[in-house]
Amino acid sequence: MADNNDWEPKIVAFCCNWCSYGGADTAGMGRFQQPASTRVIRVMCSGRIDPLHVYNAFLEGADAVLVTGCHLGDCHYVNGNEKTELKYQFLEEMVKQLGLEPERLYLNWISASEGERFANFINDVTAKVKEIGPSPLKPEGVS
Amino acid sequence: MTKQEAITNEEAEELRIGAFICECGVNIAGAVDCNAVADYISTLPNVTTAVVNKYTCSDAGQEEIKKAIKDLDLNRVLVASCTPKTHEPIFRACVEEAGLNPYLFEFVNIREHCSWIHMWEKEDATKKAKELVRMGVARAALLEPLQSSEVPVTNKALVIGAGVTGMQAAMDIGDMGFQVYLVEAGPSIGGKMAQLDKTFPTNDCSICILGPKMVEVNRNPNIEIMSYSEVEEVDGYVGNFDVKVKHKARYVDINLCSGCNSCVEKCPVEVPYWEFNEGIGTRKAVYVPFPQAVPLRALIDKSICIDCGACSKACERGAINMDQEDTFSELEVGVIVVCVGYDVYDPEPNHDFGFGLYDNVITTMEFERLINASGPTMGKVVRPSDVVQPKRIGFVQCVGSRDVNSNIYCSSFCCMASLKNAQLIKEKYPDTEVYIMYMDMRTPFRMYEEFYNRARDMDIHFIRGRPAEVTENEDKNIIARIEDTLTNKIENLELDMMVLSVGAVSPESTEKIRQILKVSRAADGFMMEAHPKLKPVDTTLDGIFIGGMTQGPKDIPYSISQGSACAARATRFLAQGKALTEGITIAVDEDICVGCGVCVPMCPFQALKMDDDGKLEIIKALCKGCGTCAVACPSGALQQSHYKNNQILAQVKEVFAYEEV
Repeated sequence: MADNNDWEPKIVAFCCNWCSYGGADTAGMGRFQQPASTRVIRVMCSGRIDPLHVYNAFLEGADAVLVTGCHLGDCHYVNGNEKTELKYQFLEEMVKQLGLEPERLYLNWISASEGERFANFINDVTAKVKEIGPSPLKPEGVS
Repeated sequence: MTKQEAITNEEAEELRIGAFICECGVNIAGAVDCNAVADYISTLPNVTTAVVNKYTCSDAGQEEIKKAIKDLDLNRVLVASCTPKTHEPIFRACVEEAGLNPYLFEFVNIREHCSWIHMWEKEDATKKAKELVRMGVARAALLEPLQSSEVPVTNKALVIGAGVTGMQAAMDIGDMGFQVYLVEAGPSIGGKMAQLDKTFPTNDCSICILGPKMVEVNRNPNIEIMSYSEVEEVDGYVGNFDVKVKHKARYVDINLCSGCNSCVEKCPVEVPYWEFNEGIGTRKAVYVPFPQAVPLRALIDKSICIDCGACSKACERGAINMDQEDTFSELEVGVIVVCVGYDVYDPEPNHDFGFGLYDNVITTMEFERLINASGPTMGKVVRPSDVVQPKRIGFVQCVGSRDVNSNIYCSSFCCMASLKNAQLIKEKYPDTEVYIMYMDMRTPFRMYEEFYNRARDMDIHFIRGRPAEVTENEDKNIIARIEDTLTNKIENLELDMMVLSVGAVSPESTEKIRQILKVSRAADGFMMEAHPKLKPVDTTLDGIFIGGMTQGPKDIPYSISQGSACAARATRFLAQGKALTEGITIAVDEDICVGCGVCVPMCPFQALKMDDDGKLEIIKALCKGCGTCAVACPSGALQQSHYKNNQILAQVKEVFAYEEV
């Protein structure tokens, strides 16, 4: 595997339509530069993020997975993010069971106006993942 | 798989995806090699054509899409450009015009999520764009046609907040012939403008221009004012909102009260009048908000009332009712306009410029009440410590604005407010020395710069700089140590009174309604519009609009314009009488569902229920398409349309590749 400094991790970010996806947009509008590590997948609500999706992302080769949504109390669908928070405990356990480091899974609430927060998040996560290197689950030959 | 789906799949035609890569001028092309993206995408399975456009959203770009759909028989269209938050409806409409179901359109964001955040990393940005589009192609292949449904619109509006913005919105909607409920938390409509003395740049009396407007609102047969009331719950969606409003007990029957004040005269309890007079002067436990109040009715502050009964005895009409309780109304409306206004920045907690430490440091709002002819001092400007008319008055600008320690934004109206107040002092007491201590004077818009010039001609002293240190001497005078950065002179300026030109902040009290409505909050704390330029009064929620200070600091003309804008935007739905709801909902595969019911409590909208035979029933009209229940389903029988597991997982898979792109 390439030197960690050159190596760019692949991070899958699940974003909800109303808040965190908007936060990623606002980061762009504000030109907050980020490493090209992250691929955003849009869902309507963070409550739609299924452990199955996260599991598959790791199996396909994700070096980290981000679960993001609206701040608690701001969910467009009343309380979808509260359910996400509950599911996240399960996801943490799943990551452990998969033999992955806890630094490969993140939960963050980001509003549509928090572009800088989104960018900082991507920068921080990318740096952390670079430190621990590629996921041990990454299939051979995958980029 | 249901029979219907099986048939559809059997008949499924060959996939023909058309991909349109937008350069967005140089916005995308500056960082992403769009031709390289198109070349790569055209090699992917099911892609019939991959085209680069200068501006895909332009008329020419859209025509190209429509032509390609017809000429190449495309059955899926993908656009890789900006954000679906603004442009998805445009392209959905475009493909629909060419005869394609709008849900067979896939959007890929390569601007906000790529070119703009990797501006200097062209190679990385291009590679990422290729992958993002590859993900989109995989998803597009699995998209299914959906129908959005048309829902009837209740032709009534709710306007929350009856300051000048909300009043304007309510009047315009009312004048267009629709019924409006105007809900105001305070006991009178009018808002902050009712407290001001005069208004720039004309220096006409604020209440003299606002008062008639308040009366007009009251007279409008289509407007029902609900004062001293608050929105408690909002349910539903565009066209069909169910709203619960709480009418707080006034302990005065407003149908009997005439606002004559005889109860007020007899009430023995007196407290500082914070709500309207900023604590200058007093009010009784029973009080009429102000002389021009609408409705001109008394109310009782139960928290300080001693139940002596004097008001009851004084009231000839028997309007006092100490047993009154909060009441509630259930309203049905089609649209909601939010005009909940602002608070002035509070300098007390940080003791900005000695506020709260020294008696003679006051805020603009206190000054407005002091100089107001119908205010607590009848317009006589006196300083708090000794009630003597100050001979030297200084205004400090940008208090709570343009400051990393409080709010970084400019509150926009404070420069003009101080110029106005400085002029008023000069007109009233010409021998007063007046100073304005500023960072930059900001006076855009018609007649504002002229107004500034007029102030300069009136012997008002402008000091570019703000006090570095503020102290008080034994005469309770304020000593402001200040450098004039134009002359580099530092002086200890002695003032009899100093006025802090406080900016606007989003009120904590409006946070509740923001959360009830689920309107986004911007970084500055105010509510967030759908688009900073193109949709300044829309929110991302269909049928909900924000106007005036709710969206951020503004002066009066701008706020009124936004009130009218909200009315126009909102009335579109009322006039059409129908709205389209999103086609994205939940569907159950009855062959797989075992009727376990795990999903039912997941739905916050009660769209799922088990019928008498133990089968899952979906009430489509209530489903808002969040997809949370689908995650709970242990058998995979529940699937959210447009975000099915296979559609999401196809994207996940295509994040990764075995070959270099």
